Amino acid sequence: MRDFRYTRASDIDSAVRAGRSSNAKFVAGGTNLIDLMKGAVEQPEELIDVSRLPLDRIEPLVDGGLRIGAAVKNSDAAAHPLVRDRYPLLSQALLAGASAQLRNMASMGGNLLQRTRCHYFYDTAFKACNKRSPGSGCAALEGERRMHAILGASERCIAVHPSDMAVALAALDAVVRVRGAASERTLPAAEFHRLPGDTPERDTNLEHGELITAIELPASRFGANAHYLKIRDRASYAFALVSVAAALDMQDGRVRQARIALGGVAHKPWRARRSEEMLAGKSLDASALRAAAEAALLDAKPYPDNAFKVELAKRAIVRAVLVAGGAA
Amino acid sequence: MQTAAAGAALGAVQQAQGQAIVPEQATAKAPATHTMSFTLNVNGRPYALELEPRVTLLDALRETLGLMGTKKGCDRGQCGACTVLANGRRIDSCLALAVAHDGDEITTIEGLALAGRLHPMQQAFVEQDAFQCGYCTPGQICSALGMVAELEKEGLPLDDATVRERMSGNLCRCGAYPNIVAAILKAGRAA
Ligand SMILES: Cc1cc2nc3c(=O)[nH]c(=O)nc-3n(C[C@H](O)[C@H](O)[C@H](O)COP(=O)(O)OP(=O)(O)OC[C@H]3O[C@@H](n4cnc5c(N)ncnc54)[C@H](O)[C@@H]3O)c2cc1C
Ligand code: FES
Ligand code: FES
Repeated sequence: MRDFRYTRASDIDSAVRAGRSSNAKFVAGGTNLIDLMKGAVEQPEELIDVSRLPLDRIEPLVDGGLRIGAAVKNSDAAAHPLVRDRYPLLSQALLAGASAQLRNMASMGGNLLQRTRCHYFYDTAFKACNKRSPGSGCAALEGERRMHAILGASERCIAVHPSDMAVALAALDAVVRVRGAASERTLPAAEFHRLPGDTPERDTNLEHGELITAIELPASRFGANAHYLKIRDRASYAFALVSVAAALDMQDGRVRQARIALGGVAHKPWRARRSEEMLAGKSLDASALRAAAEAALLDAKPYPDNAFKVELAKRAIVRAVLVAGGAA
Repeated sequence: MQTAAAGAALGAVQQAQGQAIVPEQATAKAPATHTMSFTLNVNGRPYALELEPRVTLLDALRETLGLMGTKKGCDRGQCGACTVLANGRRIDSCLALAVAHDGDEITTIEGLALAGRLHPMQQAFVEQDAFQCGYCTPGQICSALGMVAELEKEGLPLDDATVRERMSGNLCRCGAYPNIVAAILKAGRAA
């Protein structure tokens, strides 16, 4: 690992000031950044440690929502009584990610900003990666594409976003609160990550130097009927091939509103809005579910290596919605 | 007969005794252009360190403090061999910067035995034959202790399925999983 300067930020203002320097990066748990620095994928000259900033609280909001500080550990968020009670989808998604040790280190902010696990991005022996070095090409296009995107990809990049947490946040209409040099702003979780388009080097709509301070969850009617289904190559401690965050607001056996987001299929958590609309007002019968699942994958463009994800995602949607609705 | 087995579970208890670590305020210096001063409290003992910020907690423990019980498997967060307790919580020390743990209480496998007696979790690993080569064992034991505390705090049961899921961050190349689970259930239930 290349040497770097290290400073521990004492307060939010000084962190944001230091973060503006072009070769500086924030570090929280380090579980993604240090890993990438060991592989020379990231080579910052300065690390600003934000893990001890006073962003480690989970507090209820007056409107019935919940604010989770950016420095809260993934394990603490997953285990928090208010998260377990009101947002079981988020708790399940967090617990489906990484390992217990890593969840004890990983922060909410760092989890959102973790980078793709595309092997061609991760291994600098592959010269072509538009995400790592813009304009160099995409080795994955001609390579092993089993893990790659089936929705929303571009000819520049077919990587997927690996976070489980972010999929639940997109489904729950969470909001990401960020602090820049001059001001504070919020971004909807579902629009926080970007599709690759012509600029796959940009994972998110965050500007360089902006600090994530919190994730805010709106008051939720989805606490009782939620399920995060993650399908992977082994039962635990593996990234998703496909995942589904499903949350339902049910009344008298019918869906009032549905929230569905997919992981492992695109460069960002993929909100299946068309499917959500199709389920509204329906009971959980097999044909309505299958039709909604078909709709989510209508625009899928798979490669031979990852074509299995299309049917897998459809069946995962059906399954996740059934379990969320208590019907399976 | 049990010596090889016991050696794995007590990890480097013997090693730690046999090596030239200066007790109390031991100071270890690395030759470097750019170092930082900080303190790690390892197994109840403070160490003033001066190291480059890029040194991981794992390398500081092994290379600087000579505590070889904590193992380096993948060095990338993928195997759990490097698991230690930081302020009582299990972490992978290979992805942690040592300097980021300034002032923290670190517990390694060497810090578990008390007055020459194995910790009950170590004892259970020996009795249940919960290893073959022993390389993953220090990490398994530290991780198991962290897990037992987590389950208790979260009000979750210590059962076979939970242990398997919550210990998935510790790989065992020898496949000793059935006996590892048995050892953890035994020691955890006795605790
Ligand atoms: C072996 C392994 C398996 C894994 N499996 C999974 C999995 O199955 N599912 C899953 O979802 N994840 C998985 N992960 C990824 C893990 O969840 C992330 O590494 C972790 O969430 C990152 O959080 P961190 O605090 O350690 O981030 P860091 O590594 O500290 O930082 C990551 C990025 O976020 C930036 N950053 C951190 N905090 C802030 C902030 N407050 N404001 C602005 N920028 C910030 C940093 O600059 C950096 O770019 C796995 C990781 C490993 C190593
Ligand atoms: S050596 Fe740290 S997880 Fe493998
Ligand atoms: S005992 Fe050999 S790796 Fe676990």
